[in-house]
Amino acid sequence: MDTILKVENVSKAYTGHKALDGVSLSVPRATVYGLLGPNGAGKTTLIRIINHITAPDSGSVTFDGHQLTAADVAHIGYLPEERGLYKKMKVGDQALFFARLKGLSRAEATRSLHEWFDRFDIADWWNRKVEELSKGMAQKVQFIITVLHRPKLLIFDEPFSGFDPINAQLLRDEILKLRDEGSTIIFSTHNMASVEEICTNITLINKGQNILTGNVEEIRHRFSDGRYNLTFEGDPRKLMETLEPLSSQFRLSDGGYGRHTLEVLLKEEAPLQEMIAKANSTVDLKGFNEVMASMNDIFIHTVEASDRG
Amino acid sequence: MSSKIGIIIGREYLERVRKKSFIITTLLMPLFMLAMMVAPALIMQFSKSDLRTIAVIDRTGFIAPQLESDEETLFVPMASVELDSALAMTELSGVVYIAEGVADGIAPVKYYSNGPSSMSLEHSLSTQIDQIIETQRLKAYNIDNLNEIMNKVKSDVRIQNIRNDSDGEATQSSTMLSYGLGVVLTFLLYMCLLLYGQMVMTSIIEEKNNRVLEIVVSSVSPTRLMLGKIFGICLVAVSQIVIWGVLIAAMSAFLLPALLPENVAGEMAALNAGQLDLAQSTVDTGLLQAISMLGNVSYILSLFGMLILFLVGGFLLYSAIYAAIGSAVDNIQDAGQLQSFIIFPVVIGIIFGMTAASDPTSSLSFWTSLIPFTSPMVMMARIPSGIPGWEIVLSLVLLYLTFFVMVWIAAKIYRVGIFMYGKKPTIKDLIRWTRYK
Repeated sequence: MDTILKVENVSKAYTGHKALDGVSLSVPRATVYGLLGPNGAGKTTLIRIINHITAPDSGSVTFDGHQLTAADVAHIGYLPEERGLYKKMKVGDQALFFARLKGLSRAEATRSLHEWFDRFDIADWWNRKVEELSKGMAQKVQFIITVLHRPKLLIFDEPFSGFDPINAQLLRDEILKLRDEGSTIIFSTHNMASVEEICTNITLINKGQNILTGNVEEIRHRFSDGRYNLTFEGDPRKLMETLEPLSSQFRLSDGGYGRHTLEVLLKEEAPLQEMIAKANSTVDLKGFNEVMASMNDIFIHTVEASDRG
Repeated sequence: MSSKIGIIIGREYLERVRKKSFIITTLLMPLFMLAMMVAPALIMQFSKSDLRTIAVIDRTGFIAPQLESDEETLFVPMASVELDSALAMTELSGVVYIAEGVADGIAPVKYYSNGPSSMSLEHSLSTQIDQIIETQRLKAYNIDNLNEIMNKVKSDVRIQNIRNDSDGEATQSSTMLSYGLGVVLTFLLYMCLLLYGQMVMTSIIEEKNNRVLEIVVSSVSPTRLMLGKIFGICLVAVSQIVIWGVLIAAMSAFLLPALLPENVAGEMAALNAGQLDLAQSTVDTGLLQAISMLGNVSYILSLFGMLILFLVGGFLLYSAIYAAIGSAVDNIQDAGQLQSFIIFPVVIGIIFGMTAASDPTSSLSFWTSLIPFTSPMVMMARIPSGIPGWEIVLSLVLLYLTFFVMVWIAAKIYRVGIFMYGKKPTIKDLIRWTRYK
């Protein structure tokens, strides 16, 4: 697959601790790539290296087929977790300033800024000072500033924090749209539900090391241990009796209106077909699905395992 | 890539000069300075005190008739009145009692004042009485043609200071004015260095605190951001000084001639033409030469150019240090201790500057005007007195070279410091940061 960013064996040490210790990852083009890890794992340091803000002590970063240089920042957009704008500056002037820093001409920047401001329905904020805006408003402006120069690579650090559900949805749609238009997105977050929702691949970093990397679906499969949910109408006790030989663990929940959900942990040698057949003949089966490991569980499990050494 | 510095400089500059506070201080400062100069004269003009009537009881008999009254003071000899009854007359401003022994220097003149005593009155009294007694004593020697001899003996030396420049052109110069200018320029430079230097520091701390810095450095390298900020604020300082210079020049060009009394203006013209005999002058020589020097446009312009060169050099040097400190701390309070690295040399500079203004050629003045940290202030104190050009050039070269070294070190601290939050750094930390890759 076409790779836009390749990080190879990157290390960075500050006094007393190694922020990054031989981290490697490669980001396929036009996908959303999750960069996960507990606080202080080294994500921000890695992002700064990709942004050409700090240099790694060792290792290499390849961007779009060549060694990363300062000029490449024109093709990267970065939305840091801790947002900030010049408070006393007018919104329009400020957006123009950042756009020009990214290499857009004044005319080009003005035109595409007006487009975005219209799209986000904030055109009348152009001449207002940033300090007059609410937090959510400032976030929108910041998002526009990040994506305005149509970067090949976008790095979002907790982009949804501070947004209400409606604006978060708007933002999610814009991010996926950017992906569909060919931009690659590195997405750093602690919100595992959104990782499952929009990321294709992830890398999990802990204590400066890459402890888990791969495709989200594949990883969730790998961590799944044969759990299935049966949703049905009928007698739960009878069903459990029937499935007893096949399952090593049950968890029953009442869905209301006479409907129940039973989580079954299938024994390793037990055939799936047999369980379905038995269940189907015992109760009125309404639904069946495999329980995939949640990214949340995977995160906790993997980080704890790595902490234990 | 250098255009990015341009964009940063543009933002730093425009955001500041568009501020109302900048426009107001820039326009009002020269008016304020002019007011400071004119106010004392105006106050003198309007605060002439009323006529004082002073009774003189003279027991020597010869002093009272010779006391000369002026427009402020009227001396009334009262030979036949007793001191006690004179003192009872409250409508008098005061009573002067001259005992017989005064003529022989064995008794003091007593001045009884109804109200606060006046220094100028005391001075006038003692001068007049001294002169009267001296003349009286000389008369006792019975010298013929005494008055004629006295007039011949009388001396009033004036010094005309003419600069013997290497180009052979002698120009009027005034030691008094050189000193004054030296002091003023040194202070101006000192204020600018500290005020604008701190502006660099606080603006970096602000960027760091509201996290906008993180976004800026993802588009432009930290070093360029730092340089852009320093140059941008430097331009603001230069703009302000230039506007002040123009305003002051305009005011002195139009207001100075209008304010000068006619006889002074006439003698000024004669002095500049080299036709004035100072001994015949009716105006104070020092004042005349000072005004002449102020009116010398090329002199003022060259001073002004020097001020800008040293201001820019000194500002760049110090603001690089300010930038490094600003990047390292989270708030102004934490900056206090580190700031002493700036305050100390600047204060040393202004102290040596003051010394140099009164003695521009001492070896202490020479050396401190070459050492980059004190040189801007000390040089500005020396330049008005006229010093060899090579000293100025050498001082400038050293100053700008030091800036390049300092900015290189500062950039190394800055690019690490801006991402350091929480712990208050020590000077040791800063030194260690310079070694990071």
